[in-house]
Amino acid sequence: MAGRGDEGAQGASGRRARGELESDVLATLWAAGGPLTARDVRERLPGDLAYTTVLTILSRLYDKGILVRHRDGRGYAYEPARDEASHTAQRMHSLLEGGSDREAVLARFVSELSEQDENVLHQLLSGHGGTPPEAESKRSPGKR
Amino acid sequence: MLVSVYVPFLVTAALAVLAPPVARRLPPRPAAWALACAALVTAAGWAGSLALLAFTGVAQIPQIAAEGRWSVAVLRSEDPVSFVVAAGSTLVLTAGVVSLGVAAVRQGRQLVRARRECARLPGRTELAVIDDDAALAFALPGAPGRIVVSRGMLCCLGDEERTALLAHERAHLRGRHHIFRCVWRLTAALNPLLRPVAVAGDFVLERWADEEAAERVGDRAVVAHAVGRAALASAGASRPAALAVTGGAVPQRVRALLGPPPARRSLPLLVGGLLLVACCASLANAASDSDRMLDSAQGALCSAHAGTATAAPADHGHGTDGCRIDRDRPESGEQRF
Repeated sequence: MAGRGDEGAQGASGRRARGELESDVLATLWAAGGPLTARDVRERLPGDLAYTTVLTILSRLYDKGILVRHRDGRGYAYEPARDEASHTAQRMHSLLEGGSDREAVLARFVSELSEQDENVLHQLLSGHGGTPPEAESKRSPGKR
Repeated sequence: MLVSVYVPFLVTAALAVLAPPVARRLPPRPAAWALACAALVTAAGWAGSLALLAFTGVAQIPQIAAEGRWSVAVLRSEDPVSFVVAAGSTLVLTAGVVSLGVAAVRQGRQLVRARRECARLPGRTELAVIDDDAALAFALPGAPGRIVVSRGMLCCLGDEERTALLAHERAHLRGRHHIFRCVWRLTAALNPLLRPVAVAGDFVLERWADEEAAERVGDRAVVAHAVGRAALASAGASRPAALAVTGGAVPQRVRALLGPPPARRSLPLLVGGLLLVACCASLANAASDSDRMLDSAQGALCSAHAGTATAAPADHGHGTDGCRIDRDRPESGEQRF
């Protein structure tokens, strides 16, 4: 409890923050499915980042060979370099097939869903329109 | 010895039943640490108690008694443990140690493999994207660890939800959650009673990462939606059932995120801590009892020997000392009489 999340982040603040921004930018470009300019990327990133910051990150990722770019008007449009990534996909799949042993090492974002879970999940997400569902949260501890 | 050696079993059983449901409702970070401590201490207590019980049986085997120079008769008269219990403990302990060894080797291999793959991932960025339509995302521990996400997963999430996903995986790496997972699996391998603790522990770790992501994004609902949407997208892609942790884990996480953050409660942690202290104390008590028993059995044999040879030394402690010297010369004792 002593080491709350951001306490550690402040220690190596500069580098870690930069690394995290790189991840966010990279994720945005992959999700877009087409080339994006620095301005497009900035619009899609949560928070209010300076245009130059986004530009710096994009060119750094480009220098690392992770992105490719094309001329777009006065600037560039960036896109993820795909060749390496499809290569890795196979290895990662085989890594995930390690059976119950790998469960300990690899923490997947989400576990498998049963059909019932799927229905519950649809209800939960659709039920949560704008106002927080008080009744739902009150009920939740008893249900499992 | 009579009672205290069994206390660790009771504590283990109590924690195996009570800890999982309680831990799921506590704030996840302290809950994860509490479960890890509970798993480690009870596993050690369990093994220690089994070893003590097994030893009382083994010590009564005449050959071993001759080797250790203690009196089987005295041991048997003092020892409250029946032979069946001792033999059963020996079996359970052996099975546990073997399964622990197997699990440790397997976990170690997986860890090494993960580290190697981690180093081989292209790019020197925190995030490695794989070009795959299937929705998958996981944290790959290494030095430094990497976040691996597929294109399919990134495409199914909104802008803020992607940040939430990355923050979640980052929390796993930063908190070294794979070590917690290994601890739970190894302790459960030693003692199968601890399996529910391992399952609850995995869930609590996901909750920990969820809560940290929520703190980072500043909106619990965004994380809830990210988890829900990712799970639904993964369900669409057919994945082997071996990846399932527990039924209903994802809906529980989403529910927890849609509700208010869990309130801090110290009473369950306090009670758990007391149980663990009781476990350690009674194990120590049983160990010292068994040590004393052995000492007196050694003393008895020694004074019997000494009594026939010379005048028996009145002082008990002195007799034990004499025996220790005797033990250094293994031939002398037995052959003289």
